[in-house]
Amino acid sequence: MSDNHGSARASARTVVIDLVVAALVFTLGAIVGYDSYRLGASWGADGPQAGYFPFYIGLLICICSVVIFVQSFVRLGTDRRVFVTAGQFKQVLVILLPSTAYVIGVWLIGIYVSATLFIALFMKFAGHYSWLRSAVLGLVVSISAFFLFEIWFKIPLPKGPVERLLGF
Amino acid sequence: MEEINALFHGFSVALTPFNLGLMVVGIVLGVIIGVLPGLGGANGVAILLPLTFSMPPTSAIIMLSCIYWGALFGGAITSVLFNIPGEPWSVATTFDGYPMAQDGRAGEALTGAFTSSFVGALVAVLMFTFIAPLVASFALQFGPPEFFAVYLLTFCSFVGTGKGNPFKIVAAMMLGFAMAAVGIDIVTGQLRLTFGFTELLSGFHFLVAVIGLFGIGEILLSMEEGLSFSGHSAKINPKIVLETWAKLPRYWATSIRSCIIGCWMGIIPGGATPASFMSYGIARKMSKNGDKFGTGQLEGVVAPETAAHAAGTSALLPMITLGIPGSPTAAVLLGGLLIWGLQPGPLLFVEQKDFVWGLIASMYLGNIAGLIIVLTMVPLFAAILRVPFPIIAPVIVVICAIGAFTVKNNILDVWMMVVFGIVGYVFRKLDYPLAPMVLALVLGDSAESAFRQSMLISQGDLTIFFSNWLVGSMTGLALVALFWPLISAGIARMRAAATAAARST
Repeated sequence: MSDNHGSARASARTVVIDLVVAALVFTLGAIVGYDSYRLGASWGADGPQAGYFPFYIGLLICICSVVIFVQSFVRLGTDRRVFVTAGQFKQVLVILLPSTAYVIGVWLIGIYVSATLFIALFMKFAGHYSWLRSAVLGLVVSISAFFLFEIWFKIPLPKGPVERLLGF
Repeated sequence: MEEINALFHGFSVALTPFNLGLMVVGIVLGVIIGVLPGLGGANGVAILLPLTFSMPPTSAIIMLSCIYWGALFGGAITSVLFNIPGEPWSVATTFDGYPMAQDGRAGEALTGAFTSSFVGALVAVLMFTFIAPLVASFALQFGPPEFFAVYLLTFCSFVGTGKGNPFKIVAAMMLGFAMAAVGIDIVTGQLRLTFGFTELLSGFHFLVAVIGLFGIGEILLSMEEGLSFSGHSAKINPKIVLETWAKLPRYWATSIRSCIIGCWMGIIPGGATPASFMSYGIARKMSKNGDKFGTGQLEGVVAPETAAHAAGTSALLPMITLGIPGSPTAAVLLGGLLIWGLQPGPLLFVEQKDFVWGLIASMYLGNIAGLIIVLTMVPLFAAILRVPFPIIAPVIVVICAIGAFTVKNNILDVWMMVVFGIVGYVFRKLDYPLAPMVLALVLGDSAESAFRQSMLISQGDLTIFFSNWLVGSMTGLALVALFWPLISAGIARMRAAATAAARST
């Protein structure tokens, strides 16, 4: 996060994040505008070209982001509101990182096993529940999802080696 | 009285055991969705939408709209018992609802909230029944310029009614339009904004965006606040219900005012939240006990709940008649119509009578069923809220991931969901509004094609949007809404100048 020399009160200021996001939004707008221009943003032989509408969308994104950037820049010295403190950010990572790991798991070993592991491990380590309760709840959610989707609604979800072993 | 006949036909469509069962399932799921953090109306409907692909459209819309009613009811439970608004429009309900719960009058507050929600919804549905066919038959004469003007008005009203930075509103909206443009251009067949990635050929799916922005984003926000639920318990028994019902007629004036505010604001996009605040504010000004508002007045619960539910219901009116949703949840329902192969808009009233009137009938039945279910099952729903967050958070992430995957059976969508979640978290914290972004993503293609067709008609001349009184007045209204922040700032400055001048003389 921001430069606070590792103190426990480290935090990021809203106005700084505002500047960064405005710059990112501008980049997106510029990409949209550029690609539309490449496709042709004017009037073709048979009417408006493919980039006609999105070009102006990109342009508007760029204009708005410049204004937002300037607005934030003006407040840079005075606005001390905090976007996120280090403690809050840590809390966010506590759910964000395991969720990302879970999505990788869905991709590699299927949704059911990774859901069981995700719920059980999260309960155990973030919620400090006993292993038994964590494991039981993880299994209950996965197994009910399995019956709901694979059996009743016949919607196949990603499966991995464990499901294959069980014959699905 | 054609509407009455059509409505009774609608009841015959909706009143099958299968549809009634779906109604009850929908309401219960909806309340749970409304009660749990991270699962709002829009997101909940988005997750469950893929489950309805195999159902007949009428049954599907009945279930999904009942989820929506349930979520509207559910918001009140968290506001009153836990002082946590489950949905933005129930923020105003916390002002008097939570003090009542602290006072030990939670049952009274909840009964008041549910009953006035029901009244608000009922009035809005009555209005819907008689006005929607008129609007639809009127809109049948619309050509592309008129439709584009309606789209313009929809999007500009976000700027006019929004509280935040207008540039952020427009930026968020345009990002939505840009995402809608990704993929194959339907007119020329050219690839737009794909940059050689075959995964982007079909564009961004709005359901994935909704699940990420609202679901994952909300979970990240709730984690940060380190939610510790400390709620009051609610005892609702028939005696409390009857006693509260006996008190409610006293607030008839507040109720009528709130219904009018709600119905009117609901048609305007993003209307439910301002409607609830406006109604609370006006009730406080008009009431004899106005100065006691905020300390636990039943009237302070009645006003915002009536307006929010009336607005939430009338948000479906522009969705069904014009194909333009008034709220993110209505936008998701609209996306559902497209997936089921129905073209939302005025023709729906001509071509899909069963569907439209079945939906309208289910609005009556769903709200009656909803009132009974929430009144009888409050303790159960409150118990769900007491489930600790370390259990709820991963379960909701798992549900969201399943929801995102089932949209197109594509693992990439699950990744997109995580990215949208982070975007939703940052945007929420920086006050970039998510509702216009989602609406733009849903309506982008239709708005663009209306614009292009208009341009083809006029050969690139923008004055087509002022070519007759109808389209001209809509475009004019849209421009007023767009520049409203400037206009109102100007008025305020003139007033200040006038008072300063008056003082100096």
